[in-house]
Amino acid sequence: MARLTFRGGVHPYDGKDLSKDKPMKTIIPKGDMVYPLSQHIGAPAVPIVKKGDKVLTGQKIAEAGGFVSAPIYATVSGTVKAIEPRRVVTGDMVNSIIVDNDGLFDEVEYTPHNPEKLEKKEIIELIKEAGVVGMGGAGFPTHVKLSTKEPEKITYVIANCAECEPYLTSDYRRMLEEPQKLIDGLKIILRLFDNAQGVLAVEDNKPDCIELLSGLVEKEERITVKALKTKYPQGAERQLIYAVTGRAINSSMLPADAGCVVDNVDTIVAVYHAVAEGKPLMNRIVTVTGDAVNNPRNFYVRIGMNYNDLIAKAGGFKTEPQKVVSGGPMMGFALFDLNVPTTKTASALLCLTKDEVSASEEGPCINCGRCVEVCPGRVVPSRLADMARRHDEEAFVENDGMECCECGCCSYVCPAKRQLTQSIKSMRKTVLNNRKNKK
Amino acid sequence: MASILKVSSNPHIRSKASTERIMQYVVIALLPTTVFGIFNFGLHALLLVLVTVAATVLSEYIYDRCMKKKNSIGDFSAVVTGLLLALNLPPKAPLWIGIIGGVFAIVVVKMLFGGLGQNFMNPALGARCFLMISFTSIMTNFECDAYTGATPLAVLKSGEGAASLADMVIGRTAGTIGETSMVAILIGAAFLLITGVIDLKVPCSYIASFVVFILFFSGRGFDLQYIAMQLAGGGLMLGAFFMATDYVTRPITKNGQYVFGIFLGIMTGIFRLFGPSAEGVSYAIILGNLLVPLIERFTKPTAFGKGRKGGARV
Repeated sequence: MARLTFRGGVHPYDGKDLSKDKPMKTIIPKGDMVYPLSQHIGAPAVPIVKKGDKVLTGQKIAEAGGFVSAPIYATVSGTVKAIEPRRVVTGDMVNSIIVDNDGLFDEVEYTPHNPEKLEKKEIIELIKEAGVVGMGGAGFPTHVKLSTKEPEKITYVIANCAECEPYLTSDYRRMLEEPQKLIDGLKIILRLFDNAQGVLAVEDNKPDCIELLSGLVEKEERITVKALKTKYPQGAERQLIYAVTGRAINSSMLPADAGCVVDNVDTIVAVYHAVAEGKPLMNRIVTVTGDAVNNPRNFYVRIGMNYNDLIAKAGGFKTEPQKVVSGGPMMGFALFDLNVPTTKTASALLCLTKDEVSASEEGPCINCGRCVEVCPGRVVPSRLADMARRHDEEAFVENDGMECCECGCCSYVCPAKRQLTQSIKSMRKTVLNNRKNKK
Repeated sequence: MASILKVSSNPHIRSKASTERIMQYVVIALLPTTVFGIFNFGLHALLLVLVTVAATVLSEYIYDRCMKKKNSIGDFSAVVTGLLLALNLPPKAPLWIGIIGGVFAIVVVKMLFGGLGQNFMNPALGARCFLMISFTSIMTNFECDAYTGATPLAVLKSGEGAASLADMVIGRTAGTIGETSMVAILIGAAFLLITGVIDLKVPCSYIASFVVFILFFSGRGFDLQYIAMQLAGGGLMLGAFFMATDYVTRPITKNGQYVFGIFLGIMTGIFRLFGPSAEGVSYAIILGNLLVPLIERFTKPTAFGKGRKGGARV
């Protein structure tokens, strides 16, 4: 099979061996569960419970705060203890519902559906009601993504099975252990787009998944498995679309403009749960890994659990970590406090004994051009970083600074160890804020 | 937890590449031709190399001290500059030439403009051109124990006979310390290509455009022997693989690197064929260095999804 790819990218040490061979393990949570009201892009959810209320597992506790928003469900039974700001992975304080877990796990009843018999509108409504958001990290509400203006113009529904971030193996385990759910989820999404074909796009460092999925979709007329070249950031939306379809979109376009809908493995399984089983989004898989952890592996986690508990379940720390990252090493958030809840978008908890960033000292740019070679956005990162440091907003925008996807390849590869991504990222934030203020 | 976790913006991992390692690789790659030069020209060449390198490293150290800047000699770039400059000196040049050149390269061409990464001209070449203009007779006297004096290119230009091509490829001819052996230079260049320190964009476009220029304007037509001698003689190989590829002074954009290489090829051709001297590589590269900002401006890459191919093609 020809390997699909894009221009640029890097090949970091992938660290997947630490956790890839151990099956997923379910964790039964104890103690308080924290549900931040902003676990997605868009308006925060609005609480519909108050302090002292009894809640059941699977009960809606916060309503979507607008069209681009998503509801939130309790993942344990118990009592609402408080609604107050709590710290989340990004370091921000976010208003959260705290539920005192009674340990009984009394559950609401779910209504399963036969997806074949549902109208398109009903499918989207079920996904919306279940609070499904992009679980690869962005957290964009899935029902918005699926409500494209011209559904007949969508020609590809791409299941993002690349998992290009080093260390992460949660999608890998999901594909191996629950492949049918993934395929059924993809079939549900395909029902929304009559002219689309489904593509399971898998990086070729997972040949077992490619084989397994290929066997399972053999009889599916509308679904194929495609092998991608193993390279970071193969799973970045724009690069993935290009690799699979040869269509290139820039930052101001949507995948739908290229006739594509892209969803990550966990999201598609959540769609399956939402539609076929009628279950809201309550669980996700989290890879707890890194050289500082005793027993790295993947956990089936109820959203709302504290990160400290995940570490404890992974056998605690072998050595004191210098850095703990929520997500992968290329795009994740560094935590200064482990006392934060698992959210819908938390794909991994990476604990490193050595922080390579603070261990390396920034030197002057020697103009080597490695950042230009690896940049999937095809901009000139070293020059953009200079403009960002000079606060030259105009030049930054003129030189396509807004086309950066913050993948981190330039910082990774820089021999002078310059913090290119960081400079560009903060400038992009400034530009976006200024645009918002002007409106 | 007892200790405090470190926090930074993504990404949280770094590749093993470092400025020091790149510079060390360049030094290693220059060793074959350096060793050959010393073997070819004798003990004085060794002394000249050592003194020139010492001059560049020391002047950078002293400059840093005087300007109360962080000591920067650990990045090995001064060693590269010193070595390159020494390889561009005639084998019998007095030692003070190496010292003056080394100090000029570091202080005037590099440090006064802000140090590593800020110089707009290759320091070693800047110093060489300074020496050529200031001490022309010393810098153009290639007479030594082993060879009578005229470089193979000078002989070729004068049209009075020619050196043996085999000698030129191996390097047993008159010339600067490090430029004579095509074989030794290519061994070093191969090392840099394999380790990914340089790529072929600049050297290939440089050499190819030079060959095309020679084909059209030398008046010798398709004379393979003549072309081979033009390639093997003078500073072309050393220049194309080790000086035109200097990161700081070549364009950072991919297309810009091709434009830069082609410009160097044409300029070298003009200098060699129509100039008073048989040589032209140093001046061509320095001129090219000065055009880098302009070249970069006109070769800005098109961002992903923004070009002709961009957008939806449903």
